[in-house]
Parts: sequence; C-alpha cells; structure tokens
Amino acid sequence: MTLKIVREPINKHIQKIPLGWIHIIPERCKECGFCIELCPKDVLIVGNERNIKGYRWPKIADGKAYDCIACKMCEWICPEFAIFVKEVERGEVV
Amino acid sequence: MSGELKLLKPGTHFLMGNIACAEAALIAGCEFYAGYPITPSNEIAEHMSRRMPELGRHFIQMEDEIASAVAILGASAAGVKSMTATSGPGFSLMMESIGLSAMLELPCVIVDVQRAGPSTGIPTFVGQGDVMQSRWGSHGDYELVVYAPSSVQEFFDLTIEAFNTSEWLRIPTIVLSDEVVGHMYGRLEVPPYDKITIINRKKYEGRKEDYLPYNYETLIPPFVAAGEGYRIHMTGLTHDERGYPSLEIEDSHKLLERLVMKVRKNAKNLWKYESYFIDDADIVVITFGITARASIEAVKRARKEGLKIGLLKLLTLWPFPEDPVKIASQYARRILVAEINMGQLIHPVREVAECPVASINYPVGYVPPPEYILDGIRAAV
Amino acid sequence: MSRSQILRENIVKESPRDDLIRKDRFPHIWCPGCSLGTVLKCYVEAIASSNIPIDKHVVVSGIGCTGRIAGYIKLDSYHVTHGRPIAFAEGMRIVRPDLEVTVISGDGDLVTIGGNHFIHAIRRNVDINVFLVNNFIYGMTGNQMGSTTPIGARSSTSPYGCPEYPFNLPLLVASLGAPFVARWTTLHVRQLADAMKRALQVKGFAFIEIITSCPVGFGSYNELREGLDFIKLFRDSCVVDHNADLTKVGITLRPGEPIVLGNFVDREVPTYHDLEKEVFKKAGWLK
Repeated sequence: MTLKIVREPINKHIQKIPLGWIHIIPERCKECGFCIELCPKDVLIVGNERNIKGYRWPKIADGKAYDCIACKMCEWICPEFAIFVKEVERGEVV
Repeated sequence: MSGELKLLKPGTHFLMGNIACAEAALIAGCEFYAGYPITPSNEIAEHMSRRMPELGRHFIQMEDEIASAVAILGASAAGVKSMTATSGPGFSLMMESIGLSAMLELPCVIVDVQRAGPSTGIPTFVGQGDVMQSRWGSHGDYELVVYAPSSVQEFFDLTIEAFNTSEWLRIPTIVLSDEVVGHMYGRLEVPPYDKITIINRKKYEGRKEDYLPYNYETLIPPFVAAGEGYRIHMTGLTHDERGYPSLEIEDSHKLLERLVMKVRKNAKNLWKYESYFIDDADIVVITFGITARASIEAVKRARKEGLKIGLLKLLTLWPFPEDPVKIASQYARRILVAEINMGQLIHPVREVAECPVASINYPVGYVPPPEYILDGIRAAV
Repeated sequence: MSRSQILRENIVKESPRDDLIRKDRFPHIWCPGCSLGTVLKCYVEAIASSNIPIDKHVVVSGIGCTGRIAGYIKLDSYHVTHGRPIAFAEGMRIVRPDLEVTVISGDGDLVTIGGNHFIHAIRRNVDINVFLVNNFIYGMTGNQMGSTTPIGARSSTSPYGCPEYPFNLPLLVASLGAPFVARWTTLHVRQLADAMKRALQVKGFAFIEIITSCPVGFGSYNELREGLDFIKLFRDSCVVDHNADLTKVGITLRPGEPIVLGNFVDREVPTYHDLEKEVFKKAGWLK
C-alpha cells in the first residue's frame, strides 16, 4: 500500500485568494516590460497611452481586473517605483 | 576618566616637531586619525596610535594614503574633527580627496612633512617641493589654506590654527611642514587651555524642513552630520543648494564662486607672516619653513656687513599673502625667494611684486647653510 | 461607485515608498530595462522592515551608474569619488557606532579601482554593509570591460571578447573572513531584500553581490538587448544553493553553466570595533 501525502492547509476552508488593486504612476514608467512579463496572472498588458517621454505604461488586460492576487511582484520588480498594489477586500468591491 | 586631563599640559616642553603636531591636534579636538606609514611623517602616526586611544579617540592605519584621506572625510561627515599626515608621495595620492573635501565642504587637516622629491626622492632628507602641489594638486577650481611652520612651536600653533580654519571655512587645510621641522627637537610653550582658541564648525539651528546643505544665501553653510535626521545628500558632482547634482549654469557658477570666495574674501584674516629688519631694507628675502631659519641667520650676518637686508617669513603660503609681499616690493630694490626646490614660491611672489625678483634655490635634500644664502644676497647687492 | 470603476488601474502621482526616495528627482537617469531601481526598491524595503531607526541609516556610493543610488534615496547619503566609498564608510562607522552605514556601488567602483579598500575593509571586518551591484561592465562611461566581465564577453574595449579572468567575488570575500556573503539577482527580489535585511543585522562586513540587468550597456554587446532578456537569463540559468562550493561559483554566462545564488556565508566573527575596544582598555580609556 502506498501512502499518498496530499499537502493541504488545515485552514483551507477559511483561506481567501487575495485581491489586488493596481496603482500606476505613468510619468515614471520606462516601458521595460518587467511587470507585464513577471505577472503570474497575466493581468497587465502594454497600454495605449504614452507618457511625456514616449513610454507606454501598462494597463489591465480586458476582463482581468479581478485576477490580481496582490503578489506584488510588479511592485517589487519595477525599477521606477511606478507601480504598486494595494490589497483590498473582495467584499469592498462586490 | 576625563580626556581633558590627558592633553599635553600647559608650560614649557622640549619636543620633536612631529610630536608637537600630534599633541596640537589632540588639543584642537581631533577625534579621528587615519594614516599610512611614510617617512618622515611617521612619528605623528606613531604618537597618535598611542595617544588617541588614551583619550577614547580613534586611530586607524589604512591600506594607503588614498584611503586615509577619504576615511577622514567620512569621519568629518559624521561630525568629528579628523586628520591625516603624510609626505610627498602620499600627498600626491591624497590629491583626489582634497578636491572631494573642498567640494563636499567637509573640514579636514592634512599634514605634509615634505621630503626630497620628485618621486621617491630621498625619503629621509628635507625638501620644499610641494608648495605648488599643495595649492594646485587637485583638479578643478577650489581654494584651500596652507600653513608652513619653521619651528616646533610654529608646527604646534599652526596645527591648531589649521583645525580652526578648516572648521570655520569648511575647507581642507594643509600644514606644509618639512623633514627638518618634523624631526627637530625644540622648545614648545603650551599656553593655558583657556588661552587657546578652538573653533568648531557652525551647526545648523533652525527648522529641519528649511535646511539646505549648500544654502546660496550663506558663504559658509551651517553643517549637519550624518544621522541627525536631515537626510542630506552630498555629492562630488556639481550640485545645487539642496546638494542634488545639477547641470545648470547658475548652479555651477554659484557653487564655484562660493568655494573660492569663502577663502578669497577672508584672505586677509588668513595671512600669517613675520618680518625682520624690513623697514629700511633694500633687499627683502622671502622664505618659509626650515629655509627661513637659515635665512634669518644670513640676514643677521648681512646686517653686520652693513647690507640693508630684510626678511619676510611666510607662515601662510596659500592664500598667498599678496599685500605684505607687495608692500615690501614697493620699498625694496629687489626680492629674493629662498626655498629648497628649483623655484616654486617665486611664481606667486613674481606675480605681485613690483620690483625684480630672483631665486635662491638650494638642491633638494639639504638645508642651505646661512653662507649660501648670504652669497645669494651679496650677489644681488 | 460601480464595481468596474473601483478595480481599474488607478492612476496616481506618488507611491507608498516615496517617503524613502527623493521623489523630486524621479524618474531617475537609469536606462529602461536597467534593474538598479529594483536594487533601490529592495534596499528601501529592507530598511523599512529593519529595527534600526530610519534616520540612522547612511548610504555611501561611489562613481558609476550604481553610484547614483545615493542621490535617489532619502537618507543621509554621500556620493564620493571613484572607488572610495568603502574607505569613506569606514571612517564614518568607526567614529559613529550608532550609524548603520551601507555602501551601495558598482563592480568597477568597489572591486576594480577600489579593490584595495575592498579587501582591507573585509580583512578588518569593519561593521558596514556592502551591496555590490554587478552588471559585468562600466556602464556610465560607455560599456568598457572590467574586472567582472566574463571571459569572451564583448564590450567597447574588448571588441574581440574579454581576454581576462573575472573575479569570483563570493569566494574572494568569504576567503577574507567576512561574516556574511550572499549573491542574488534583481529577479530574486524578495530573497534579495531578505538578504539585505539580514546584512543590516549582521555585525561586521556584510557583503551581497547583486547581479543586475544592463541591456543598454553589457547587453547591447552580448545579445541581451532588452531588460527582459536578462530576466529570462536569470530565470533559466540561476540555481539557488546556499551551501555551494564557493570555488565553483564564478560567473561565466556560458550556456548551460549556472549562476549560483544563495546566502553562502552567515557566521559570527569579532568585528574591528570589538577589537578596538581591547585597544581602548589597554590604553586605559575603558575599564
């Protein structure tokens, strides 16, 4: 008989997937693409608008507004301090 | 245990020049010494390594003179008085930091016990070849103050003076001693401590939000140290009054103007010199450091021969004491500049003198005997 | 407010970390795709979560792209001459034990022109943190090779490929007895910030080599023209091994040869300041 170990949090029933609210400072963006590439949920895409230096800052892809899980990778990796994520309660927006 | 009790006591002492310099630094309030071994300045570092820990102050032997000169600036930025001592080859390595000290306006004192050069030269013999390097050694426009002692007493007094000037103007100051003054033993009178003037850098007093590290409205901006909560930025780049790098023409102009004007405007207060037999002199010998000692004897002998010779001993070499030299040149027929090099101090003398100027040069490594200078005087007569 | 309005990306003017950066100087001068800003971000997060009061942190940096970090962080910050930040930091730390002095500067600055100060500060074990940003090249001056450029890598002064062996920095630093040695890339942001936080706690010389992207400099000569090319390189070739044999962690950037990351060394070593106390005791200043 093989023992199958399934790793599962014991408090799984009360765990919630966090929801992030993305904030962007367009003037600082240099369109390096790090935030778009490293978003695990592919929430961000290259935007249409350009800032004063001609860079297109990221925007949220259609239909992805509720996919951000507030991992904050975009905030950490952004070399420009141009993007950050605030965690919000799902209840707040429903 | 109080540090004050362990300073060199007021009264008469018989000390080596280098040690008098180290004791002067302790009295002036030097809290940090960083140095690298080099002949003939070693006694300063050796003495400091023993004395600084006795007073709870810091001595460190760095890996080279570049590091020594930068480390004292780091300590100065942290708010303490700091110094280093070296000789020609090490002094050459410190040039970069002299510029940084001037640019960041961090006070520091550098003692250069000159030896014979160029390059390694004769490490144990005397020279006066760093006169121009001490003023012009680092790149760009800046001003600093250079003192040149000729005796143990002057080495002591001018070291304290160098700390005071450095703290007052927020500039690097240099004590340009030489091997003979450094190694000679001599009489030293230490005045009572309350008779010794000690100047500390002016600290900023005011609202934290209003502080500008390089305020354009001040010639010498008040200082704040690291860790006081002002979150200042200092950069060796040309900067504006906030300390931020700037490419603007007015920032560059205002910065450089301030860096030079704080010395130029105060030049008259910085000039130190002594004159001997100058009132009726036909010929004036201008000299400094150990050469002044031989020259005074030569001038005395010349007077005995009936020659009207005077002498001007410069204790401040830079900013160059223009007025006394100019006045001397207006009354004298000729000026002779005596120095142990191939002719350095003669250049600023020639710039301001209104009479012919000639050199009495002596081969680097040796102190000219009085007869040699007397021969030079006779030839000029 | 409707549901969709709330969750649109929110266009703002300031970030929550603007209290620790000189926001009036942003956007900074670094190229698009350069990760120096990420280093700054990680450092800011590390000091914000450290137990040391923010006003006691001091940053010293030298010359070069990384040298500009001092100008963007809102702490007491000193931007000194080329190669000399470690010597400056030593002087500052020795006279002021209350300060947490961190040197953040580049590879050319710290280990090439400043190599002598670097090895001697480690030997002394002065209590400073040195975060060395390695971009394999002299970026600011126009992409010349340096002492960390891998063999064969091209640069503006090695058009036929670099003919020199580069430094293996973790090995060098560990061999000199440093209490903390780590290496991370700017992709490993959380590990990097944790390592920085640990470095701030460590007594003595704490060293982190930070491998960073340099698409406009090193990259343009070596087929890594976008910042994302570096991200892919880091993702594909980095191996985390805290117990790695440091003799084998030199960086070659050759395909198939890993960049080894980790917190390699974390040990207690008496610092210069501990030993200086003995001097004070023998001199009679301390009982």
